[in-house]
Amino acid sequence: MKLIVLVKEVPDTYGDRKLNLETGLADRGASEAVLDEISERALEAALTYADANPGTEVVALAAAPAGSVSTVRKALGMGADRAIHVADEALAGADIVLTAQVLAAAIKRDGFDLVISGNVSTDGSGGMVPAAIAEYLEVPQLTGLSEIEITDSKVSGTRPIDGGAQRVSAQLPAVVSITEAFPDPRFPSFKGIMAAKKKPFETVSLADLGVRADDPEVARSIMLSIAEKPPREAGIKIVDDGEAGKDLADFLLKNRLA
Amino acid sequence: MFEFTDDQLALQAMVRQFAQEELAPNALDWDERKHFPVDVLHRAGELGMGAIYVDEEFGGSGLTRCDAAMIFEELAHADPTISAYISIHNMVTWMIDTYGDRQQRARWVPVLADMGVLSSYCLTEPGVGSDAAALTTRAVRDGDHYVINGTKQFISGAGVSGIYLVMVRTQDTGHAGISTIVVEEGTPGLSFGPEEKKMGWHAQPTRQVVFENVRVPVANRLGAEGAGFGIAMSGLNGGRLNIGACSIGGGQAALDKSVDYLKERTAFGGPLINQQSILFQLADMEIELVTARTLLWRAADALDRGADDAVKLCAIAKKVATDAGFTVANAAIQLHGGYGYLTEYGLEKIARDLRVHQILEGSNEIMRLIVGRIVAEE
Ligand SMILES: Cc1cc2nc3c(=O)[nH]c(=O)nc-3n(C[C@H](O)[C@H](O)[C@H](O)COP(=O)(O)OP(=O)(O)OC[C@H]3O[C@@H](n4cnc5c(N)ncnc54)[C@H](O)[C@@H]3O)c2cc1C
Repeated sequence: MKLIVLVKEVPDTYGDRKLNLETGLADRGASEAVLDEISERALEAALTYADANPGTEVVALAAAPAGSVSTVRKALGMGADRAIHVADEALAGADIVLTAQVLAAAIKRDGFDLVISGNVSTDGSGGMVPAAIAEYLEVPQLTGLSEIEITDSKVSGTRPIDGGAQRVSAQLPAVVSITEAFPDPRFPSFKGIMAAKKKPFETVSLADLGVRADDPEVARSIMLSIAEKPPREAGIKIVDDGEAGKDLADFLLKNRLA
Repeated sequence: MFEFTDDQLALQAMVRQFAQEELAPNALDWDERKHFPVDVLHRAGELGMGAIYVDEEFGGSGLTRCDAAMIFEELAHADPTISAYISIHNMVTWMIDTYGDRQQRARWVPVLADMGVLSSYCLTEPGVGSDAAALTTRAVRDGDHYVINGTKQFISGAGVSGIYLVMVRTQDTGHAGISTIVVEEGTPGLSFGPEEKKMGWHAQPTRQVVFENVRVPVANRLGAEGAGFGIAMSGLNGGRLNIGACSIGGGQAALDKSVDYLKERTAFGGPLINQQSILFQLADMEIELVTARTLLWRAADALDRGADDAVKLCAIAKKVATDAGFTVANAAIQLHGGYGYLTEYGLEKIARDLRVHQILEGSNEIMRLIVGRIVAEE
């Protein structure tokens, strides 16, 4: 079984996350770069399977700037067998479709049984990349899973929906995305960290993958304008003079929060 | 030597995340409840923290003393008490791995490395502390066993630990008559005093360990008969670096808290941090810590290289670092005013915890004794 886990470098949610207003890109200097926690959960799901099933290969795949090596390497420290890092300057500001196209090309080139990804990253919050990858690969997709079971030929799981839960399954090869409901990721051990630098780490470019970022045949989203988030306004204070309960209920109703 | 490698940065990031998630949020609660978190220690062990600078053959992490200094500092930033206990445990694991034969190492190092079994270092006695070579706990040979009688005082982890590394007298020849023996929990005749009530280090137990006709196989002795004092002291070289690193980590936490607080706290028309005398106080704290850390890394490097001046540098670093940590923690209380004295703010705990680092692993007076003697000989 070969599992490919998508891992993404994102700005730490603890720090200030800023956009550069001139380029429209995330300001990577504004906060510390970390492995997205949802990526770590996806990796944990893969490693848990690998722990119980010897012979499983876990590959971490990232599309990230060249300077992200140590973040990608954390996935190796946690236990992935090898890493593929797609690094190309033409990917700066890549939209969802280009990102998916690139990742799909890397996945196809390497071969896979199952791709595991987080459902949505904490920075871009698009949530479409896993589905788009499945389209490019022409394989089934199970998105937004809260549980997963993997067998030799099949993947199945639970997908929470409004007012219920779906049981879904697909034949392999397939693409799945998982939610925050998955177990906390493991810490990389000292041994894992020291072993990580000896594991295969492949850096590939768009040319290696045969993808053109400026392909005139493919529609790309173009950002027309960008503005800073407006400062937060002071909230409404309800003082309890006997009517606070009613005031609170009115507020919730008026703002369609109830 | 003064810049971390990529590997060290990755180790540091992991330990910091572990310490901030698993230790920091609980430190005040464990202190108040006097709770020794063996489950958390076991998790730390599974990540490699029970045998940091121990050879990989039997499960050690194979890291350096410099790595260890960085690791203990990160752990202590979250909780000096837990970091200090892990330091003592590492000292024992390293001594068994270094001085044990293959059988002893294969038997004890794996369980100590993952901290499934905890350990205690038993040197001090009720009547013998600084003058450790005068210890009186006696082991008498009886066939292929030793019979141990005596009492050890102030033993960290006692009552919970599974392995006790005990310095005993096998001959009446001063330090040349001391041997090191491993005693396992559950051995008949081994018992413990009540938990000592103490100023700090509440999240780890300190007890007497009492030996009444405790029979252990001769095969439990580390190294040769009479080699025990040297073994005990060589363990302490690393222990001194580790405890110094714990003080720097605690001091750094106190300084970080102070900077945050003084930016928020306003008096006399503005944030207190704008007062120049306060800025100078913060500078002094930073100077103490950076001086100590720099020296500690130098001593760690000397120990890694087995340099001739390692013993002296470890003693100097221990004194400088533990004094710096306490001075900074105490100053942080002052900078917080009345709030510094409240438990909730976490500063009085840091000062209580760091105070004992000036006393144990060889008191800071003994550090001066060691340095003075070496200077006089040179
Ligand atoms: C919380 C706690 C945990 C501990 N954990 C352990 C443990 O796990 N294992 C263990 O073996 N021990 C442990 N100890 C014991 C500790 O190492 C001793 O307390 C320490 O070595 C000092 O010994 P003492 O208390 O007997 O003081 P003493 O040796 O009686 O010293 C009293 C004072 O005299 C000073 N002094 C002594 N000799 C000289 C001299 N020649 N010149 C100048 N000044 C001198 C000392 O510095 C000290 O200030 C622990 C102690 C505490 C408080």
